[in-house]
Amino acid sequence: MTTTTASAESGERTVRENSPGAARGPRRTGRIKRIGLPYLLLLPALLLELLVHLVPMVIGIVMSFKELTQFYIRDWGTAPWSGLDNYQVSVDFDAPVGEALLHSFLVTVAFTLLSVGLCWLIGTAAAIYMQDTFRGRGLLRALFLVPYALPVYAAVITWVFMFQHDNGLVNHVLHDQLHLTDKPSFWLIGDNSFVALLTVSVWKGWPFAFLIVMAGLQNIPGELYEAAALDGAGLWQQIRRITLPSLRPVNQVLVLVLFLWTFNDFNTPFVLFGRSAPEAADLISVHIYQASFVTWNFGTGSAMSVLLLLFLLVVTGVYLLLTSRGRKTADV
Amino acid sequence: MRSIRAAAVGAVTMSLALAASACGGGSSTGGGSNDSPKTLTYWASNQGASIAVDKKVLQPELDKFEKQTGIKVKLEVVPWSDLLNRILTATTSGQGPDVLNIGNTWSASLQATGALLPWDAENFDKIGGKDRFVDSALGSTGAQGKDPAAVPLYSMAYALYYNKKLFADAGIAKPPATWDELIADGKKLSKGGKWGLGAEGASLAENIHHTFVFAKQHGADFFTADGKPDFTNDGVVTAVKQYVDLMAKDKIIAPGNAEYAQNQSVSDFAKGTNAMLLWQSASANLKSQGMSEDTYGIAPMPVQSGTPGTGTNVNSMVAGINLAVFKNTDNLDGATKFAKFMTGDAEQKILNTAYSTIPPVKTAQSEAAFNSPANAVLKDTLAKSAVALPQVADESQFETAVGTAVKELFAEAAAGRPVTTDSVKAKLEKAQQQMPTK
Amino acid sequence: MSSTSSTARSPMAPPRSFLWSRRIFLTLLTGFVLLPVYVMVSSSLKPLADVSGKFRWLPSGLTIRPYIDIWSTVPLARYFVNSLIVAGAATVCSVVIAVFAAYAVSRYQFRGKRVFTVTVLSTQMFPGILFLLPLFLIYVNIGDSTGIALFGSRAGLILTYLTFSLPFSIWMLIGYFDSVPRDLDEAALVDGCGPLGALLRVVVPAAIPGIVAVAVYAFMTAWGEVLFASVMTNDTTRTLAVGLQGYSTLNNVYWNQIMAASLVVSVPVVAGFLLLQRYLVAGLTAGAVK
Repeated sequence: MTTTTASAESGERTVRENSPGAARGPRRTGRIKRIGLPYLLLLPALLLELLVHLVPMVIGIVMSFKELTQFYIRDWGTAPWSGLDNYQVSVDFDAPVGEALLHSFLVTVAFTLLSVGLCWLIGTAAAIYMQDTFRGRGLLRALFLVPYALPVYAAVITWVFMFQHDNGLVNHVLHDQLHLTDKPSFWLIGDNSFVALLTVSVWKGWPFAFLIVMAGLQNIPGELYEAAALDGAGLWQQIRRITLPSLRPVNQVLVLVLFLWTFNDFNTPFVLFGRSAPEAADLISVHIYQASFVTWNFGTGSAMSVLLLLFLLVVTGVYLLLTSRGRKTADV
Repeated sequence: MRSIRAAAVGAVTMSLALAASACGGGSSTGGGSNDSPKTLTYWASNQGASIAVDKKVLQPELDKFEKQTGIKVKLEVVPWSDLLNRILTATTSGQGPDVLNIGNTWSASLQATGALLPWDAENFDKIGGKDRFVDSALGSTGAQGKDPAAVPLYSMAYALYYNKKLFADAGIAKPPATWDELIADGKKLSKGGKWGLGAEGASLAENIHHTFVFAKQHGADFFTADGKPDFTNDGVVTAVKQYVDLMAKDKIIAPGNAEYAQNQSVSDFAKGTNAMLLWQSASANLKSQGMSEDTYGIAPMPVQSGTPGTGTNVNSMVAGINLAVFKNTDNLDGATKFAKFMTGDAEQKILNTAYSTIPPVKTAQSEAAFNSPANAVLKDTLAKSAVALPQVADESQFETAVGTAVKELFAEAAAGRPVTTDSVKAKLEKAQQQMPTK
Repeated sequence: MSSTSSTARSPMAPPRSFLWSRRIFLTLLTGFVLLPVYVMVSSSLKPLADVSGKFRWLPSGLTIRPYIDIWSTVPLARYFVNSLIVAGAATVCSVVIAVFAAYAVSRYQFRGKRVFTVTVLSTQMFPGILFLLPLFLIYVNIGDSTGIALFGSRAGLILTYLTFSLPFSIWMLIGYFDSVPRDLDEAALVDGCGPLGALLRVVVPAAIPGIVAVAVYAFMTAWGEVLFASVMTNDTTRTLAVGLQGYSTLNNVYWNQIMAASLVVSVPVVAGFLLLQRYLVAGLTAGAVK
């Protein structure tokens, strides 16, 4: 069997050494096998993505142009085309449907920014603090991963139990024991629900940031710190000048991934609030779920999902543009 | 190069094929058949204290049915949180049960999808005729002027449950008959950590059931005669305000109830924290929580004035469970036989006794169990002073929109913020605008 | 775990301010993290009266009744098995497919590579709700036309979950494979293995931490998914994610049982996660650094 080695080309991400002119198989069978193999390897992944993600998404987009309510759900192919009606309804911010969608969108943006920010802050701080070995570090690190490891429904239902107005721990501590409020607050309904949602999301999400940053910290060479220490830089200065900048590539990806996951998060608000979320915590994923599954209005629900997708595409595009530009200047 | 192109073409073709295949409605538009005459799939709703209880109640009856007809029934008890979703996916995919329980308030919405078998005269004859059923129960089986989309199975009505000891301690001789009396009694009972009444403030369904009755008592309705939503007329606004005021103004409901959506008010009543409870057929539930029947009394729900009756003296919605058949079942004969079995006198007596509900079949109502003092109140209410929720196709949107509005009003009341006619009207206005316009 | 690059600032001991700020921060954080865990554990051992009234820090009496009752209130064992089958199969398949795909991207240059990676990664931002109904329609149609039951079956759920975890897994493995030196590949190829042999004999063993990380991620994704499970399962194939909700729709809310059940379904995942965390960190180290 002929062995051929594909000449390595530098990828976009890492710099690899070019293996100098290894024999490019002159025989046809070798070349076809070389060409065909990557596609073969990719095929299962591609097929699955088509089946589960891409084709349904296209159908979902098609559905957004139809008037798909309970009258037509039995045979959605025959539902009448409604053109851009569903979109118009969704973005008409003076009408109740559009207004509710805008409100939900703004709540989600605020929530996502706060959640990602807090997760990142706490995760990074914890990773930096836990760098050095100290007694109990291993145990603490294992403990810190528990919120992330717990299945969503188990974690959130515990918080629901804690946030109950009458019998919950939160009110018991705040009102009965610490006397911080003069009467027990509502956490699952009303305005405080935003704080409750944020708390649960941060509790569950920060260990992921912790993990990634911790992994990133491992790759910072110790010599940098030693050199800085010899130059007289204090610890806090070292963190500011060395640690944080070195983490930038890691952080860029981390923040983007966290943003996308948090923005699209359905499980947390659904288990926390059920089908009808309070206004203050009306996240867009549950809002769209309510607009489609609960009110049988799949055309409008699909249109809203498409708008959400477009928004996320734009945000990701802009983010990548900004960060790659930043990276180019940093590499100089 | 050829292989790449071939692969690409293959991928595109396959995607198109998949997309095309998903476009077709498949068998969902087909009619029923008798391809599998020996089996039936039945989705039952959760009527008992737990799914296990439902299985225990139903399985012996299904075995009886199998002995009688040779048809094996595959039972699945679906929790309420899932049932409507599952029906929806069954409707869309064309793959679902043959027979199923539906909440009777869903009848018109599901009827609009066209997925349920209509019960015309011919089908009704197969189960013994339409006039076997109580009129009020039949009123909740679909839109007016159309054939019913389901047949009544279990009937329930709202009643006022009151704690005899707490009443005696507060010196109240008999249960209140009007809302004013209820408020007065409630105030006497709301002290020392106890409250006069409970409510499921966060339950959309409960909110609808109560405000609907209040509206009727003010001579108003949520929908106009031709089925258009009208949530902001004076009668409806007064009605909603009256219900929320029980917490906001009269303060006979604990603020914590604004969060209740899992029948906590029933538990509160069973524990003796609340002295009164407005609930549908609560006896079985109370018994499972350890409250014995002689500790509480049952009275008709209050009216604005006078005694329960029709018109503005209704005091309950017609609650209940209907039995429906999916149009595209592959055992049409078996399904109608099953409907006949379940609505037959014998089964009606057995099942309604087990669930402490009232049979909607007139001839089954003569059983002693349904004439106990407890059930007598429910039966009377059903016969004389209960009215069906609007049988419109948008019923589930109505439940979501108005139910959420009331939930938010309760949240404001619980937070201590004022609930005024204007704030009520504003919330109802918003709810109305969320109803579909087409 | 920190063996290689020493990031300890050994020439200088950390200043006092660092040490006590660390102590305070970590203590508060530990409290924050532990609080719900304590609630879960303690409530699962409380009698029903304790969890139906005002919150108590300490149980009035310890009882293991909830752990016995949970199996009968709801068919928890069946849900457990279903979740295990679905998550396990999804994980194995996802890892295998991701390994192949990542190897192709990492080691080969070919047309459409960029398109592939971008497409796969962009699926991360698809809102689940957009393709929920269409996906289930497709499954139904496949079932109708070919007789392969996807809707309502475990197979359909497995297919769905393995695809969910694919993008992130492929992306992580690409990064990890990139850090495995190509010399290893070439050495294997010279020895007479085909490219696939090189993959299996050399690259995969060198990338075990990354693969374990991917496996853990895929398992957790499948174990915890709620939305699709609620639509795509029936009574026989229901998973824990949906089944646990069954405790809350009964006429009473048995909080102690809910806590016990939550604990029971969490233990395998948490235990596995903690055991394998070492790999997870190592896997992320290489994968996260671009």
